[in-house]
Amino acid sequence: MENDVLLSVKNLVKRFPIKGGILSREVAAVHAVSDVSFDIKRGETLGLVGESGCGKSTLGRCILRLIEPTSGQVFFKGQDLTQMGAQELRKLRRHMQIIFQDPYASLNPRMTVEDILGEPLDIHSICKGRAERTARIHKLLDLCGLRREAVSRYPHEFSGGQRQRICIARALAVEPDFLVCDEPVSALDVSIQAQIVNLMQDLQKELGLTYLFIAHDLKVVEHISTRVAVMYLGKVVEIGTAEELYADPKHPYTQALLSAIPIPDPTLRKQRTVLRGDVPSPISPPAGCYFHPRCPIAQENCKDSFPELRELGKEGRSHRAACFYAK
Amino acid sequence: MSAAVLEVKNLKTSFFTDEGEVKAVDDVSFEVFQGKTIGIVGESGCGKSVTSLSIMRLIPEPPGRVVGGQINYKGRDLLKLSAAEMRKIRGNEISMIFQEPMTSLNPVFTIGNQICEAIALHQDLPSSEVRNKAIEMLKIVGIPAPEKRIQDYPHQLSGGMRQRVMIAMALSCDPKVLIADEPTTALDVTIQAQILDLLRDLQQKVGMGLILITHDLGVVAEMADEVVVMYAGRVVEKGPVKDIFGNAKMPYTRGLMSSIPGMSLDQSGHAKKNRLETIPGIVPSLLHLPVGCRFQERCKYVIDACKEKEPELREISVSHRIRCIRDI
Repeated sequence: MENDVLLSVKNLVKRFPIKGGILSREVAAVHAVSDVSFDIKRGETLGLVGESGCGKSTLGRCILRLIEPTSGQVFFKGQDLTQMGAQELRKLRRHMQIIFQDPYASLNPRMTVEDILGEPLDIHSICKGRAERTARIHKLLDLCGLRREAVSRYPHEFSGGQRQRICIARALAVEPDFLVCDEPVSALDVSIQAQIVNLMQDLQKELGLTYLFIAHDLKVVEHISTRVAVMYLGKVVEIGTAEELYADPKHPYTQALLSAIPIPDPTLRKQRTVLRGDVPSPISPPAGCYFHPRCPIAQENCKDSFPELRELGKEGRSHRAACFYAK
Repeated sequence: MSAAVLEVKNLKTSFFTDEGEVKAVDDVSFEVFQGKTIGIVGESGCGKSVTSLSIMRLIPEPPGRVVGGQINYKGRDLLKLSAAEMRKIRGNEISMIFQEPMTSLNPVFTIGNQICEAIALHQDLPSSEVRNKAIEMLKIVGIPAPEKRIQDYPHQLSGGMRQRVMIAMALSCDPKVLIADEPTTALDVTIQAQILDLLRDLQQKVGMGLILITHDLGVVAEMADEVVVMYAGRVVEKGPVKDIFGNAKMPYTRGLMSSIPGMSLDQSGHAKKNRLETIPGIVPSLLHLPVGCRFQERCKYVIDACKEKEPELREISVSHRIRCIRDI
């Protein structure tokens, strides 16, 4: 169980070139993801947090090759996805799916729920015959807490939470092992958010799913994740188990991020470490450690070189942070 | 305690649609005190934004209309003022910050232009002074190099900076009441922390009353002195922030609290990893409200009496009121 790595990301890089001039030469590049590596074990949930523009969604999409990574490798069950041809990749897509943030925009308004859930079944020729297909669609609806009458209805007839359930059902139609969840609950109200989070946890237990859970809501990520990775300007700056990372954050950015969360308890109004300034542009990230201009503990050498992730946790635990001075 | 700066009394706002009258705000009352913050919380569609737009008299008419109640400010009912009189108050004595800093600034004017417009309109200052005042406001809200930034267009600023510009504009005429409608919802947590700190500092300096509308209970707990919880157009619970968070009595408020991950702590102070409690179902359509309590279909404490008559807002302790007949 310990070494059962399902997905492994190695030195993944994504640069978006910016073209300019009459010859459309590349004048600059957005460094959306720079040199990211991590493993996801079977059955766990890796939470990926960071502020807008830190590259967390791009990373999620690069893993599925919905966006072509510039360099680096992604191993899924030991196979390198980045070397695969379109045919092979399509077959493997059966095992990895994605859920998007906006359940309003990610369902085709002209398709009924039956069409939406049936499409992946047809593409991967999963069901033989009509009866089996209908039975499977009914099973998916039951699984995701939707009524069977839903089959003949269109997306606009559902509320936001129900639409997100349809999206989840669609992703599960092909019986995947791995799901990238890109801000699946951010567009929903708190009471509905809790329903979806519970559903996702139930499904994980029942079907043995592995999640990459991308979100900017740190509380939700803490709740659902086994391990958490924190991104800043395209780099993973800290990674560790959810308990350790939230109880004892090592990187100054993670510390600031966690202290910025408003606590729903008026008796605990606290003094926060408020970060100054904005996130720098990923077109020209600062030299050295990307975080040094906003860092409260930055020293001279932070301006020269970028610190690698290093082990900081207790003996035998994997808790790593990319900071020279973190203790 | 001093008298209320602004008093909203039995406010009713409806939208008249083809399918019938939608009572978006139904009999809402609260008071805003000088230097204090009142938080209005609720989920989408509960009427919190319509309440704020009603106070500003910005309800699009038709289809909407304020059909009843009073909004008393300095002894006058804002609902009875003429459009010209209202213009003198709106943006001057009562200001508002909107959720989307991207869409509420005009993209074709510089930010300086937009702040100066508000100042020139409401204050009797010579034109050379107007610009200085605008620069001063930008400095107050913490924008670096305001003399240069004043020439920037909104697209040249980041989300946090745009929200600061909105705040600078709203505060440029020293309002007595500031309505902040989801001021930090579109922002990242670290920027949210900056903006909330800024609002709190400015409130202490200027002594204005703040109406903070949000769905984030964490923000309310940090900022508010008093809390109003809304559900389907109604106030369902109202009280001092410590009572609402420590001793919520209305099942809906309790449900909201337990839906947030990390609200229940174990002995060592870490968030429990158990299942989140949820409120089953969804908010009822305002067109087809049930007879009786509006929360009955989702409430786990429901009894037959809940389905007969809608409960009144009743006082359960000093200044703590709930719209529920059960004692839980």
